[in-house]
Amino acid sequence: MKITKFFVNAALALVLPAALGAQQADQAAPAAKPNPHMESHVGDVTGHSEAGANLYYRYCWGCHGARGDGNGENAQWINPLPRNFVAAVFKCRSTITGFLPTDEDLYDSIYRGFITSNMPSWKALTTQNRADLVAFIKTFSARWVSEKPGEPIKVPEEPKVTLESIKHGKELFTKLECWKCHGPEGRGDGPSASTLTDSNDQPIKPYNFYTGYRFKCGATNHDLYKIFITGVDGTPMPSFADVIKPEEAWDLVHYLRTLQIWHPSPELALWESTPEGSAVVKAERVRNTDTGSGIHP
Amino acid sequence: MCMRSAVLVAVATLAVATLAVAGPNPAGGTVSGKVTYEGTPAKMKPIDMSKEPSCAKMYTTPQLAETVVTGAGNSLENVVVYISAGAPDDPAPSTAAVFTQKGCRYIPHVLALQVNQELKIQNEDQTSHNIHPLPKINREWNKSQPPGTPPISEKYDKAEIFPVKCNVHPWMHGNFAVLKNSHFAVTGDGGSFTLPNLPPGKYTITAWHEPDETLTQEVTITGSETKTVNFVFKLKPY
Repeated sequence: MKITKFFVNAALALVLPAALGAQQADQAAPAAKPNPHMESHVGDVTGHSEAGANLYYRYCWGCHGARGDGNGENAQWINPLPRNFVAAVFKCRSTITGFLPTDEDLYDSIYRGFITSNMPSWKALTTQNRADLVAFIKTFSARWVSEKPGEPIKVPEEPKVTLESIKHGKELFTKLECWKCHGPEGRGDGPSASTLTDSNDQPIKPYNFYTGYRFKCGATNHDLYKIFITGVDGTPMPSFADVIKPEEAWDLVHYLRTLQIWHPSPELALWESTPEGSAVVKAERVRNTDTGSGIHP
Repeated sequence: MCMRSAVLVAVATLAVATLAVAGPNPAGGTVSGKVTYEGTPAKMKPIDMSKEPSCAKMYTTPQLAETVVTGAGNSLENVVVYISAGAPDDPAPSTAAVFTQKGCRYIPHVLALQVNQELKIQNEDQTSHNIHPLPKINREWNKSQPPGTPPISEKYDKAEIFPVKCNVHPWMHGNFAVLKNSHFAVTGDGGSFTLPNLPPGKYTITAWHEPDETLTQEVTITGSETKTVNFVFKLKPY
């Protein structure tokens, strides 16, 4: 009896560490990194990747992975997938399409989180923590050394909201064919919506102005302006920087706000104060709800 | 070493140096051949363009997808044949490589160009397209191009072969082959290719077919001869 027990224990003692070791090796720290020491500059705060490493391996690697490639152990259950920092293609930037975001862009993304995704807001961390994390994220891709982040786009001062601006925005929405994906009322039901795939060939939905009021990349008019000028890299949403004048872009922003009929805004209020706008919004509030009674679904 | 050998060696070195410095011989060697396939190619499905009436009305019969385009004699089109080793890098030509969107299709389906050569993309349709090339090494950008807007001018600074698509029209697929030197060809109807003006040397010729099938062969050019190099891709019906 005692001898059998001894052998069983010995066998377990040999097998278990190997099995555990294999699991840990799977999630072991990455091999040589292209740029192991990076800094970030956000306002007057400087972040350091060494400090960011501890935070990353506590808070981030479960989704974003030990190697920063978006392949953490949670990733298999998440849609949209966690960001791949090795590829270094980022959605929310203030730089033109194809270029790296600024440190502030990354900082803002960590602070805000990404609505309708599994990326939470990290307001609970300190400013220094978030800056350190930005620095650490930059160690995953050699692009941060071989390329400079792009120049931030220049956003002109927002003009006053007027009916003319909203009407002109509606013309742009039609002319630039936003409705092909976003749908004529911005409900994300355009003719091309069902076949959209992101850059990893995963199905992806266009933004639905009817149900949402926040965007993946912010919630203000300024953020909305940046979204269609910089494009959302890695997704079907292109940049319209070359085909829309900066003043006209504000008209489009004002019109888009009138599509968010459940979110009070100065644009929506102005639009509803007209007979035409009031009729359209009333009809939209009723259309396609379960009961047709106009209750927000 | 005695005087005569030393002189011979000096003369030989001078001769080789002269040849090396002389520059490409316009009457250099040529590698030509044909790209064919064996096995059963996938059947190309007809494209449903009903969601884009402005393009659908341009065709009397539905267009076929261009993932595998075959021809008589088992020939294979849209294969990029290029020199992957043995030739020095060439500076980019001053002419642009043109990529056209017409009838909601890409023309050509595979565009081969050089590193840092200007890529000019034009939209000849009545509908907006977005150009979304999907490289892994070069920058990934995505730009909208409404009808009547000027051509988009871009360039790539690293050699890579990668797909390009339009998100608005999901059937639109193409490929860019950004290559380091000027010796390349894309097979057309009949599957044949020619790589002329090759200085003497040992070359590795690579044939690429989408999405990422490659075949390589080595060939040596000694003068102004023509060497035949054929490639046979194995195709599966799925």
